[in-house]
Amino acid sequence: MEEVASYFLSNRIFIYMVIFAIFLGIEVISNVPAILHTPLMSGANAVSGVVIIGAIIVVGHAAPDNYWALGLGFLAVVLGMINVVGGFAVTNRMLEMFKKKK
Amino acid sequence: MSNFILEISYLIGAILFIVGLKKLSHPDSARQGNSIAAAGMILAIIATIFFHKDASGHGIGNLIWIFAALAVGTGIGYLMAKRVQMTAMPELVSVFNGLGGASAMTIASVEYFTNGSTAYGFLSVLFLSLVIGAISFTGSIVAYGKLAGKVKDISSNALTILNWILLAAIIILIIVAVFNPTILGGSGILWLLLLLSLVYGVLFVFPIGGADMPVVISLLNSLTGVAAAFAGFLYHNQVMMVGGVFVGSAGLILTILMCKAMNRSLLNVIIGSFGGGAVAGGGEKGEQVVKEIGITDAAILCGYASQVCIVPGYGLAVAQAQHICNDFEKQLESRGVEVFYAIHPVAGRMPGHMNVLLAEADVPYPKLVEMDDANDKLPNTDVVIVVGANDVVNPAAEDEPSSPIYGMPIIQAHNAKNIIVMKRSMSKGYAGIQNQLFFDPKTRMLFGDAKDSLGKLVSELKSM
Repeated sequence: MEEVASYFLSNRIFIYMVIFAIFLGIEVISNVPAILHTPLMSGANAVSGVVIIGAIIVVGHAAPDNYWALGLGFLAVVLGMINVVGGFAVTNRMLEMFKKKK
Repeated sequence: MSNFILEISYLIGAILFIVGLKKLSHPDSARQGNSIAAAGMILAIIATIFFHKDASGHGIGNLIWIFAALAVGTGIGYLMAKRVQMTAMPELVSVFNGLGGASAMTIASVEYFTNGSTAYGFLSVLFLSLVIGAISFTGSIVAYGKLAGKVKDISSNALTILNWILLAAIIILIIVAVFNPTILGGSGILWLLLLLSLVYGVLFVFPIGGADMPVVISLLNSLTGVAAAFAGFLYHNQVMMVGGVFVGSAGLILTILMCKAMNRSLLNVIIGSFGGGAVAGGGEKGEQVVKEIGITDAAILCGYASQVCIVPGYGLAVAQAQHICNDFEKQLESRGVEVFYAIHPVAGRMPGHMNVLLAEADVPYPKLVEMDDANDKLPNTDVVIVVGANDVVNPAAEDEPSSPIYGMPIIQAHNAKNIIVMKRSMSKGYAGIQNQLFFDPKTRMLFGDAKDSLGKLVSELKSM
């Protein structure tokens, strides 16, 4: 129990942040017209590629001779980057079509 | 100082994510929103590379590895996004999402071996990131397979029960692992959790019907966000946390909105697999007959109508008929016929997918009428042409409580004066249920490939 309490106390700012972010997410999405569901989902998908930051940190702080960590970290960066670049690019492609015939 | 720059960049990055997604939810600012969110991501990545320091003050090393990986990922991601057919886009989003999950899973396992901390908080966050990332990874890949038609629906009660057992096992294992990290000796528990989660991801999506894949992808997208947020907790990294949680909650809301559009609950989608053989729904269909119509008659019917409504479905997309459909519409308009498209919220493979496809074919935005408005206009419509749509015009959703789609809002094509259904064959729709509309006395069937039929209609209209 003490562990839990101290974990909570030392991370309480983050816990606040998480809770606010949850409400923010709900608030932002709630009034979306159906035509934008697909681009929005795709855009949100690209943002979830933010996990790449963690992957960069893994590679960046791995010992230079720890090939095991480097290799997996490298893979994680590649996967995350595909998610990010592909996600934003495909969203842009969809939205481009909406714009064209204005 | 560099820490200050990093934190400020993260703050700005997080704000850009939120503003970006906010703008993405309005048609006029959507494109700008996408660019803003992308700018936030670039800022966060660059700031991390140049200003991140670990606990002992070392900056980011192994830059060659990092830049090489960024270049490879950019190349692959960009090419995939550019080359994909717009019809295959839902599959692609699913694949991207799965890769994000795989990334979270990978860094969690590396962190397990390089960090070595056994603090409860650290371990629980690490295992959650690992498990959720892994489920999202294999789940998305199976969802991709289903959308691409490579994986068949398999559902049985045994599978549902097995899934619950697996899920319970994973949760119990996480709890055990947090308090007894070495219970299986060394890293055994990590591998077991990883394996179970990967298997669960597959089995979780397996029994869910293909028609429900958009909901599943949106849910998995939300899960990847949560996995990223937990990974952010590992590094006390705010931009990962805010971005991840934000996507997690936004994705969940989007998932619920999609379920609402089909009038089903999320739990119902996940547990009750759709349109299995169990539901017969209207067993006395043996004597019903369908009436066919030829190209010429169809062309005359449309050409001399005053208002025509086109109901596009995924069949139109599969046949790549959106462009010829646009020609057909123009041909009718040149004869003074008023034409509009009735778009069901879940037409296509994802909500809004049909709008994207028709926009690609240059159909003007005001011609796309949303379901409720379309239903108001339909009783005054002379001809409804259903192109490759099925379940979204099935009247059983309104008047047959035993039907699995009962309660789903539909486009009331049956209210129009005449109905032409373009279809390859009499096969059932994606939900696997029979459609009474085809047997309606006002309905004529035009069998054949949608693109082919529309092409013939266009030339017939031209010669009229």
